[in-house]
Amino acid sequence: MGGVEKQRCIIDFTLSSLLRRKGKNGALLVVYTLVVFLLASVMLFTQAIRKEAAAVLADAPELVVQRIVAGRHDLIPLDYMGKIGAIRGVRAVSGRLWGYYYDPLFGANYTLVVPEEQAGGLGEIAVGQGVARSSMASEGNIMPFHTHDGRLVSLTVARVLPASTELVSSDLILLTAEDFRMLFGVPAGVATDLVVAVANPAEVPTIAAKIARLLPDTRPIARSEILRTYDAAFSWRSGILLAILAGALLAFLIFAWDKATGLSAEERREIGILKAVGWETGDVLAMKFWEGSVISLSAFLAGVVLAYLHVFVAAAPLFEPVLKGWSVLYPRFRLTPSLDFAQLAVLFFLVVVPYAVATIVPAWRAATVDPDAVMRG
Amino acid sequence: MTLRRSTVFISFTALGLAALFVIAADAGLRGRGAAQALAQKRWLVKSLALTDLALFTDARYTRHPAMADLHSPFQDYPISLEHFPSGSLMPPPPHVRTHGRR
Repeated sequence: MGGVEKQRCIIDFTLSSLLRRKGKNGALLVVYTLVVFLLASVMLFTQAIRKEAAAVLADAPELVVQRIVAGRHDLIPLDYMGKIGAIRGVRAVSGRLWGYYYDPLFGANYTLVVPEEQAGGLGEIAVGQGVARSSMASEGNIMPFHTHDGRLVSLTVARVLPASTELVSSDLILLTAEDFRMLFGVPAGVATDLVVAVANPAEVPTIAAKIARLLPDTRPIARSEILRTYDAAFSWRSGILLAILAGALLAFLIFAWDKATGLSAEERREIGILKAVGWETGDVLAMKFWEGSVISLSAFLAGVVLAYLHVFVAAAPLFEPVLKGWSVLYPRFRLTPSLDFAQLAVLFFLVVVPYAVATIVPAWRAATVDPDAVMRG
Repeated sequence: MTLRRSTVFISFTALGLAALFVIAADAGLRGRGAAQALAQKRWLVKSLALTDLALFTDARYTRHPAMADLHSPFQDYPISLEHFPSGSLMPPPPHVRTHGRR
């Protein structure tokens, strides 16, 4: 019998043996597939959102300067712009006006931003898709706002921001500086924070240190720190993702340990009979290798494909309740799919190889003992 | 004629591998198709000087984690419990943790 045909016969026998314990092995396959699905979903989601955040925020401000008063972010005087502008290497300084508005009618938090280049007229706003959805507003509608002194003003929705930008604009309301100051009572000489453009990006840390020295009540935040924030937030090592991964991995380890530390009496007897009818130790090990491989490879392939469909086709519905938290506005976005073969290889070696090995070791122990002793137990 | 069990397994594995290649191709194609949407997002980030993704709108420090002030992960007092589920997903930014030690 040729080598390939022999292996096929062993696979035939292995599958028959697995099918004899249909319920147990079926449950095993389902649990295994779920573990791979969960791990792969987390991996694909975090990888895609990290890549998306890095790509989208690559054009974020080079340096943002906040003023801190009593440990809290405070409005920054615009005359700080002159002091920062005088630092060598600073190309431009501008004030940003932005803030939050809680809409009691819909229970949603909006982020109000004043664009540097005036986009609409006085009394006009542009809203993100999330705002339009939650407040049922469309172009031409009016939205009521309570001003800081209790008045009710209405602003007209002149534009709804494109759906493709929802990941960064879902809760945005763009308005004029005059309307912003009128709504929140922000006086003329201050801004929310300052944006600093730097001539040479390599000088950003030096300029940030100079700003912190020159204006000790400020906190400069560089673009690299913004990018690192998202990298850390969605890394494998953070928060709930670690908890999910650790839980799944521990469950899997217990599972593999249980498998590795002992064969059932029935399995031992089967090995004994096979040895007695002339199977060699190598054949028994090949059978056990295929047994482990059939289950782990099938679970791996099914789990990874299902995870891809879950994350990139169905937009990760299982993660949505956690990601959504208590927020009323949640962006509808589809992540740009990315498949990292290196990560898939890590997952493969993490879930397939240990299982295949774990099934071989006890079988090798049973197969090297005298068949008579094995059958007698 | 019934199929050999090994044929069924080999076919299933081949199908699974083919599905892996199909999703890899799909990822590549959709990645290229998303270039325009990415350009729009980048333009918006640049023109509005945005610093954060609009993922979690429940609290200041989850909506703008990069802009969060030094006390915001604790909100009311240093050992207060986290209010929001998204806070467990979003750890304090690294530059907040290393503040004063760089």
